[in-house]
Amino acid sequence: MADKKFRYNVRDHAAEYWERSPKWRRVCLSISFIAFFYALPFLNNPLINTPGSDFQSVLFYPVGMYVLMAIGLNIVVGKSGLLDLGYVAFFAIGAYTMAILGTHTGLNFWEILPIGIALAMFSGALLGTPTLRLRGDYLAIVTLGFGEIVRIVAVNIEAIGGPRGIAGIPTPPDFFNAKFTILDPKPYYWVLLTFTLLIVWMVRRMAARRPGRAWDAIRQDDDVAQLMGVNTLKYKVWAFVLGAAVAGAGGVLYASQILSIVPDQFNLNVSILILACVVFGGIGNLWGVILGATLLAFTPERIRFLSQPRILVFGIALVVMMNLRPDGILPKKKREHFDPNWHTVEESGEGEIK
Amino acid sequence: MRLEIKDLHVHYGKIEAIKGISVTVNEGEIVTLIGANGAGKTTMLKTISGLRPVSSGQIIFNGEDISKMPAHKRADLGLSQAPEGRGIFIGMSVLENLEMGKYNRKNRKAEMNEDLEKVFHLFPRLKERISQVGGTLSGGEQQMLAIGRALMARPKVLLLDEPSMGLAPLMIANIFNIITEINKTGTTILLVEQNAQQALQRAHRAYVLEVGHVVKEAKASDLLNDPAVRAAYLGTGAH
Ligand SMILES: Nc1ncnc2c1ncn2[C@@H]1O[C@H](COP(=O)(O)OP(=O)(O)O)[C@@H](O)[C@H]1O
Ligand SMILES: [Mg+2]
Repeated sequence: MADKKFRYNVRDHAAEYWERSPKWRRVCLSISFIAFFYALPFLNNPLINTPGSDFQSVLFYPVGMYVLMAIGLNIVVGKSGLLDLGYVAFFAIGAYTMAILGTHTGLNFWEILPIGIALAMFSGALLGTPTLRLRGDYLAIVTLGFGEIVRIVAVNIEAIGGPRGIAGIPTPPDFFNAKFTILDPKPYYWVLLTFTLLIVWMVRRMAARRPGRAWDAIRQDDDVAQLMGVNTLKYKVWAFVLGAAVAGAGGVLYASQILSIVPDQFNLNVSILILACVVFGGIGNLWGVILGATLLAFTPERIRFLSQPRILVFGIALVVMMNLRPDGILPKKKREHFDPNWHTVEESGEGEIK
Repeated sequence: MRLEIKDLHVHYGKIEAIKGISVTVNEGEIVTLIGANGAGKTTMLKTISGLRPVSSGQIIFNGEDISKMPAHKRADLGLSQAPEGRGIFIGMSVLENLEMGKYNRKNRKAEMNEDLEKVFHLFPRLKERISQVGGTLSGGEQQMLAIGRALMARPKVLLLDEPSMGLAPLMIANIFNIITEINKTGTTILLVEQNAQQALQRAHRAYVLEVGHVVKEAKASDLLNDPAVRAAYLGTGAH
């Protein structure tokens, strides 16, 4: 019945294939999938090369970083339906934690990482607890403001470099054979990929359990979720805090690679772009979001040879795409969408029940 | 398990929607609130469930004042509501909707199956539709699901907001039969209705609401024969 209006959907087919696969095939698929991404920096394919910028650098930033951030923002926007327009703030908090502690204390990247994540989570809770009581539009405005405030505060505090930001951020210490240097983005990419895989694993686990159910219910109807006994504020704050943690981790890693940061890197554009990744790929669907972020981060780099008009070309491609697939490239399970007139034929017979 | 509302006032901004209402629901009763559109019936139920804040007054449940308690805790105490417009999670299947109803109870398989069996006994149609998505159910089926979902929480008091809204006459009769059956198995019910005829036939006691006030309170059977009530709510005039 649900496939009455059948539309080809890659996600449904892939999911079905996965469901039907025996355990050994799933393991093999996962391993080759993961191995492929670890080997990606060595891939020298003219199709995905980025003339005009270094392919290995592009993999780390923007592609990998956008994917990570989009997965984080998707917990907030896609899973629990909260519109956060200031997501860059948590990225900035992670990056500044790395920059300040890295230049002023002897702590190294691995020691600063949990601190950066914790600070991002703490500010997420601080911002979320009062504002998540607000409904939709207000939340968007408050988060928008928060994103700008963090940047403006950074600009105005001379002790952390003011508008000039912070330079000389230390790179992470060697990790076995991998050396983290400005010249070689590969180890950073591998760390980023590892973060991403961990977070994908965590998000998938949560989505299948009670928090996932609660977020589903909240997104569909917050009031009814409360009637079911769901502490909606708690779950919304958690979604917010987890999203913040992901961006915080990304910020710490980013700062340790780029070595110097300025407040203007953390402007509204970043929040909007990450949100675009989530919407473009298919809000709420993890694989769609990953694909969306990859395309949105990668395409401008791939067409860099077009120089000036590339952003225009990119913009046109986006508009065309959203018209062709308004729910994103790989939308969430179709069953979320229903046609209210679908059952009208059946309605007449409903008196016969029992 | 008595529910007692004392001198309740509720506001939407500056507008006072509930202007000092007192209602008592005794254990085992069906009590109905009837009244025209905009009388404040839905606001009463939302406030009892904790979705609207109380301006002043008390909501006493099982001897405890719960008027400041968050909504999800009231659900845990045994106040369960099938809201106006049914509030089905349209993206979840029938089974997932029913599971949401017992969100806070330990997920013990046996207990869960027992509750599901009870719901399916009342609403066999839901069992047929078990894996169908909420959004594709008919209006009547959605109402069954809303009531079934509320029952999954093993409520002490069941709050029903216009269960007959938008349904065909036969379906309405069916739903009210089931409401009576639920009450006979020991669940106290507070029923909000615009369909006064059905509500008064099923309830033990009734309150008539008009723009935020209780204008009449009596045994339901007495109100059925009250000329003023017949004229205003039963559309048959006084005779
Ligand atoms: N969300 C709201 N915002 C402002 N006023 C509201 C809102 N909901 C209801 N009201 C007002 O409160 C009064 C009672 O409404 P309601 O409780 O829905 O009545 P009923 O359920 O009896 O039809 C009405 O005057 C209505 O206009
Ligand atoms: Mg109403």
